[in-house]
Amino acid sequence: MSQPMDAGTGSATTAGPAIRAQELTKRFGPFVAVDSVSFEVPAGSIFGLLGANGAGKSTTIRMLCGLLAPTSGTATVAGIDIARNPEGVKRRIGYMSQRFSLYNDLTVEENIRFFGGVYGLSDRELVERQRETVRLAGLEGREKLLARELSGGWKQRLALGCAMLHRPGIVFLDEPTGGTDPISRRLFWDVINELAQAGTTVLVTTHYLDEAEYCNELVLMHAGRIVAQGSPGVLKREVITGSVFEVECSDPVAGMSALRGVPEVRETAIFATRLHVSLDRDQDIETALAALRSAGLSVSGHARIVPSLEDVFIRLIDRNGAATE
Amino acid sequence: MSRMRIATIMVKELRQISRDPATLGVLLVVPLFLLLMFGFAISLDVKHIQLAVLDHDTTQYSREFLQSFLHSEYFDLKLVLDRENQIDGLLDEGKVLVAMVIPRGFGRDVANGQRVEIQAIVDGSNGNTAATAIGYVQAVAADYSQRAFVRSLERAGVTGMKTAIDFQPRVLFNPELRSANFLIPGLIVLILMMTAVLSTTLSIVREKERGTMEQISVSPVRPLELIVGKTVPYLFISLVAAATILAASRLLFGVTVRGSWLDLGIVTLIFLFGCLGFGVLLSTLSDSQQVAFLLASLLTLLPTFILSGFVFPFRNMPWIIQAVSYLLPGRYYLAALRAIMVKGVGFPAFGNQVLALLIFAAATGGLSVLRLRRQGE
Repeated sequence: MSQPMDAGTGSATTAGPAIRAQELTKRFGPFVAVDSVSFEVPAGSIFGLLGANGAGKSTTIRMLCGLLAPTSGTATVAGIDIARNPEGVKRRIGYMSQRFSLYNDLTVEENIRFFGGVYGLSDRELVERQRETVRLAGLEGREKLLARELSGGWKQRLALGCAMLHRPGIVFLDEPTGGTDPISRRLFWDVINELAQAGTTVLVTTHYLDEAEYCNELVLMHAGRIVAQGSPGVLKREVITGSVFEVECSDPVAGMSALRGVPEVRETAIFATRLHVSLDRDQDIETALAALRSAGLSVSGHARIVPSLEDVFIRLIDRNGAATE
Repeated sequence: MSRMRIATIMVKELRQISRDPATLGVLLVVPLFLLLMFGFAISLDVKHIQLAVLDHDTTQYSREFLQSFLHSEYFDLKLVLDRENQIDGLLDEGKVLVAMVIPRGFGRDVANGQRVEIQAIVDGSNGNTAATAIGYVQAVAADYSQRAFVRSLERAGVTGMKTAIDFQPRVLFNPELRSANFLIPGLIVLILMMTAVLSTTLSIVREKERGTMEQISVSPVRPLELIVGKTVPYLFISLVAAATILAASRLLFGVTVRGSWLDLGIVTLIFLFGCLGFGVLLSTLSDSQQVAFLLASLLTLLPTFILSGFVFPFRNMPWIIQAVSYLLPGRYYLAALRAIMVKGVGFPAFGNQVLALLIFAAATGGLSVLRLRRQGE
């Protein structure tokens, strides 16, 4: 399933996509971690790679960054072939992983100086970029603190700042918000948006679906393959063709099994204490509610909702799982 | 190779070392501790052998014979016995190492030029010491017997008599036969191997554990730049450790370097290059500091201690073990070090050792660059 790019945001470029992967495959022995993955990331966009743990997101990113050689397939990053010139790729990209790879026993300032030196910044550039990075991470006045004394959110933003010191046009973020609190995640995404506004291409992996909503373009991976691709809006329209109702009933688990035999119900999923019921037509909700009541459950309310990405992905994974089994 | 990237890595490494005074302390204090332990506690010298004597003769001759033992610092007269059955108890309790029995009629027989038997009972629980003690007893007794022989010939009217062979061993290089002179070069090998290999391995594996290695891998830093940047600071620390041992062994044990300091420095540097390369190589084999620590100690400390010629001589080893010892850089470095420190000889005398060390350094350096490059695939 391939959709035209959502051209709503992100600066358009004339030089072609920032990243292009073609039939990218990585095998570890008999295990296929990434299976013939193809996609294009338009320059200046925020591109999300979604999927559960083990879906192949990190492996894909690591191949694109030159950390892993692909078994087969090709990819270009900033127009450079990753297999032919990995060093050229490395100079033009930024990379940050979920481990916020900073030196805990170095101060904020020393971490910035180290990564600046590694990327060959001059002293003058370093002074200016250090100031910017400290501002971006919200660490003014904390330059002399050891990195280990920073909380998760600060560390995360500092790590991103360090990965951006050499002003790469493309930045890869591998589960950058893993393990931090919601406020830190929100602040982090503000920084990502700021970068994208300035024209940086961002490729980010996540398994937080609320974060996926911030992306211009998404790829959903499952068991090493791409299951769906498109902007969040397009995916919702394309995948969820009918309507979704949120139903509050006394026992969602019993409710789910009660709806299993109803032909009008396309799908049910439990979201906390509520049921999400997918239907082809709005009026079918009455049939579904009747089925719940006849199963002896009390329904305290129902409403038509805008489907979330979570609804989309549950639908896709179910469909894909059924197809592969 | 970018000098700036190497310098950046070196500065970072030195900062991290300075933030961790405990590790730095261990790197410098452990060598001193080992030196004290080996220098004072382990001595291969056999001196001041505790001696007990049962003199059945008590003549001028028997006293003279006994005196010839006590003239040297090798024997100390601990006890004079009066009954045969005291000897077993003394040896059992380890109070003396040698008990000597001088038979009745010793003086008379010596004076008459008759054959005399002296009994020496030795505690053989430590074979090396016992063998050395027996050797000393024999030497002193032979010397006495020779003098007695000459004297009896003179009395018989034969004058101007000379002994056939006047055996006068002259010990070169270490005339006092002090084991400190022999052990301290070995100790330097052991300590350098430990500090150099262990500290580099751990510093790299630590970065793997924390994920910073991955961050460096996506940067333009080349494997060789990383190796140089990370190992040079440890090279300096290792050299400081070596200098500390040399200074301490001079102060405490009077061990000096007879040969050229320049030779010593060059050989040490080549050996350290190999060790650091080996450390990097080991770091590519493990992802956790515990495993790295075990691997490094198992592959460096033990073989170097046992197979480098530090304490145990090669000639007593089975051929297969001897063959293995040729693979150890410590063996070559130790041979060169003893040549420089104890013998005071110059470069041509240990050319082969230097060559072997160069090969080791090139092999570990080359292999570790290859391994680091291939890590991703």
